[in-house]
Amino acid sequence: MSEIAPEAVAEQVTPSTPDATAEVGRARLRTEDARLITGRTTWTDNIQLPGLLHVAFLRSPISHARITRIDAEDARRRPGVIAVVTGADLAGEQGSLPCAWPVTEDMVLPDHPPVAVDEVRYVGEPVAAVVARDRYAAVDALEAIDIDYEPLPAVVDMERAIEEGTGLVHADKGTNTSYTWVFEAGEPDAAFRDAPVVIERRYVQQRLIPTAMEPRAVVCSAVGDEYTLWSATQIPHILRLMLATVTGIPEHRLRVIAPDVGGGFGSKLQVYGEEVVCLLLARRLGRPVKWTESRSEGNMAVHHGRDQIQRLSLAADRDGRIRGLKVDLLADMGAYLMLVTPGIPLLGAFMFNGIYKMDAYSFRCTGVFTNKTPTDAYRGAGRPEATFGIERMMDELAAELGLDPLEVRRRNWIAHEEFPYDTISGLTYDSGNYEAATEKAMRLFDYDKLRAEQADRRDRGDPVQLGIGVSTFTEMCGLAPSRVLGSLSYGAGGWEHASVRVLPSGKVEVVTGSSAHGQGHETAWAQIAADRLGVPFEDVRVLHGDTSVSPKGMDTYGSRSLAVGGVALYNACDKVVDKARRMAAHLLEADEGDLEFSGGSFSVKGVPGQARTLQEVALAAFAAHDLPEGFEPSLDSEATHDPENFSFPHGTHLCAVEVDTETGFVKIRSYVAVDDVGKVVNPLIVEGQVHGGLAQGIAQALYEEAVYDADGNLTTTTMADYLVPSAADLPTFTTDRTETPATTNPLGVKGVGEAGTIASTPAVVNAIVDALRPYGVDDVPMPCTPERVWRALRAAQSGQAPPGGSPEPGAGGGLGSAGGAA
Amino acid sequence: MPHVSVDVDGVRYEDEVEARLLLTHYLRDRLGKVGTPIGCDTSNCGACTVLMDGLSVKSCSVLAVQADGHEITTVEGLGDGQDLHPMQRAFHEEHALQCGYCTPGMIMAALDLLRDNADPSDEEIRAGLEGNLCRCTGYQNIVRAVRRAADGMRQAERPEEARS
Ligand code: FES
Ligand code: FES
Repeated sequence: MSEIAPEAVAEQVTPSTPDATAEVGRARLRTEDARLITGRTTWTDNIQLPGLLHVAFLRSPISHARITRIDAEDARRRPGVIAVVTGADLAGEQGSLPCAWPVTEDMVLPDHPPVAVDEVRYVGEPVAAVVARDRYAAVDALEAIDIDYEPLPAVVDMERAIEEGTGLVHADKGTNTSYTWVFEAGEPDAAFRDAPVVIERRYVQQRLIPTAMEPRAVVCSAVGDEYTLWSATQIPHILRLMLATVTGIPEHRLRVIAPDVGGGFGSKLQVYGEEVVCLLLARRLGRPVKWTESRSEGNMAVHHGRDQIQRLSLAADRDGRIRGLKVDLLADMGAYLMLVTPGIPLLGAFMFNGIYKMDAYSFRCTGVFTNKTPTDAYRGAGRPEATFGIERMMDELAAELGLDPLEVRRRNWIAHEEFPYDTISGLTYDSGNYEAATEKAMRLFDYDKLRAEQADRRDRGDPVQLGIGVSTFTEMCGLAPSRVLGSLSYGAGGWEHASVRVLPSGKVEVVTGSSAHGQGHETAWAQIAADRLGVPFEDVRVLHGDTSVSPKGMDTYGSRSLAVGGVALYNACDKVVDKARRMAAHLLEADEGDLEFSGGSFSVKGVPGQARTLQEVALAAFAAHDLPEGFEPSLDSEATHDPENFSFPHGTHLCAVEVDTETGFVKIRSYVAVDDVGKVVNPLIVEGQVHGGLAQGIAQALYEEAVYDADGNLTTTTMADYLVPSAADLPTFTTDRTETPATTNPLGVKGVGEAGTIASTPAVVNAIVDALRPYGVDDVPMPCTPERVWRALRAAQSGQAPPGGSPEPGAGGGLGSAGGAA
Repeated sequence: MPHVSVDVDGVRYEDEVEARLLLTHYLRDRLGKVGTPIGCDTSNCGACTVLMDGLSVKSCSVLAVQADGHEITTVEGLGDGQDLHPMQRAFHEEHALQCGYCTPGMIMAALDLLRDNADPSDEEIRAGLEGNLCRCTGYQNIVRAVRRAADGMRQAERPEEARS
């Protein structure tokens, strides 16, 4: 296919150029950089307090075992050791780590003690903690703790886990199935009956380790009955409430601070046992404690992401029109349900239909316990898995029908004039223009030329084949409308809070409940406030990440900060202006209705020279000598915003790969991403988010996998084994945007944090399969390492079963990966 | 305990240290030079990169005693007074950081790269920074920043080159 109907490419989708004086839309350099490029940062591990003690955790070396004896006496006698505690020591106070998302009434929810008491269920689970005068002494003493384990059967394979007669992760529960969640729309059976084309595939979403560059760290101090806990967390507000609930320490006695946080990607959207234990230790010892994990323990004990087996069936007509889609998932929960573990795969339930129209849809997800590290949110959380599934299936459909993959998509996608559109899974997509994004991406990619080169290489039998991968994705973000979360049994709402303080000098403090950890809120929020209030950008300071400074918030994840928190700020600014208008009218002895507010100044319509700036009004309100009747002497305002709908960024990503058919080596030749994230506050930050997202999505396609052996040992515990790509492993991206504003919020923004990750994985795998399809290959399991590509080719040529259909050796995951999962 | 004498960012320190103490812990925990963070325990991530006598080293794989008699430069010692070093400025101007955790190490490694090759291509920059991992940026803006710094630093040097 060479073109998209040009009339569809509406003018308004070209990104807007803001007027020169506006802050929103400007590529402002970030204010937060100043401390980060000079090393003047406050990472949690940088914090020193008088009398600080250091904590180290002893972790289970066995995936499933009963603890029959622990002897910590030698460790307690080691020099510099202040205390050693085991699960039994903490049993009376440690409670059970929370799961906030009981997805079904009968979901199996096991107890999850922060430190294992009598049974361990994954390698890396804490079994004891040492408190010592310094890091080295604490780690030294771990060696002196003597534990006897009685091994129990390790459950490592999801498909086997749900069969009768398999060992149980939680014997008292009698099952390895946590829940089964179903959704159905239309009449799936009817859609499949007599369908001329039915495609069935099994895809594996391998397990990933989020790998924020800053390892987790916690510092906790107790002064009397007041507690302060610093943590490398994405969620200071949620953490405070949950720690109070778990430990019984009253919420108002507990302050949680997320200082500079070195990335999260979902991994720090968690309530971790180590956080609970540090709090309890500070309380017991009356001294501040610090714990910082090593990368090797982090790989075992930070929650993992993805890990699904997807069985997908797609029914279509001969012309490529989709009739229906059936999705059957097994989702690995790991050994316990953590904060939102069971809900993660369900975030994909509404996204498997992607940007396409269809008559019927069914979704079924079974959450399965295994003796592995618990899973939970990782960048995209449920939506990358869904997008991968549908975008791979669209390519399979195209291949089946002999159509160009973009043509099959065009025949099924929602046309731009059909918005707002109610999808088969029950969401209302408010805006978008898939034609425009695709047209732009094809142009930047030089689609036809690459297809011609592909044909040429095929004709010549070039050992290096060219493949072109398509991903026309959408996602739901801006988590989330509280009523929807309620209907999904989530334990909280999805609003966000902001407050704006106009100081007597006219400077402005913005307090946000979003908790940035690399996203650049300090810059973008100041841009929004500067515009709304008409004050200089430099006069705005953004405060966040400390429950005493910012008492209300729902924190940062799910690409929610701007679409929810940014809108809260927008609304709070408007309230400031409303108050100031009343005050200004009083000062100007004019009617409120006769005032105009622009450029930070109130003026009386038609009376030149009669004006008061916001700063003057703020000072007058502060002085409070002469106020309107009943006016409180302050302009300060706050707003809590609960979104009416999700937002739906979308885009078209095109990837060209060169695949060496002799070695299996894959090289990304070019990558074009055209994203529509609605209105943009700061294009520099948006581009950066896309780059980083692409890197993580490509990494899933090509490099990363958490590999377990048959006994449940994680073999990718270090960065030498778990392959986070370096600069040398990634291509230069071509990124661009189209812009259809979100209609569900006044900023018109959609969110960008996860888009790149969600879109890119299927683009890359589709490209690899496209290169090899003439050889009979229709799947390569991720990560598509040279060995796996090579095996897929050999298997196809010798007429063996396709590699996606059954477990096979040759996992990715580096040095320790022999015989890994498939 | 062994005695060390180390110059760090222009200040001389004399200390007794455990023989096994890593340079990175010496810097962070003993000297309070916390601008250099730690990202791993297997010398893979490069977050801890500093210069030792002008050459980049991963401070997690050097013992404090090995730094005895040497000169260490951390990110905190770059620039002079109020002025940023051109590499720091380039990272800011090219938006080459998000969370910033990898940034000190990335900046120090990039400086060493330019010492070897004052005018590297994109490919050479990518290869040269292979030992430094960043999870946020996808590296593209880091590559741009290093190129920008290289251009700026070469121009600043040119008068000298002309003289010599
Ligand atoms: S901390 Fe030194 S290389 Fe990772
Ligand atoms: S900026 Fe976050 S790791 Fe590089």
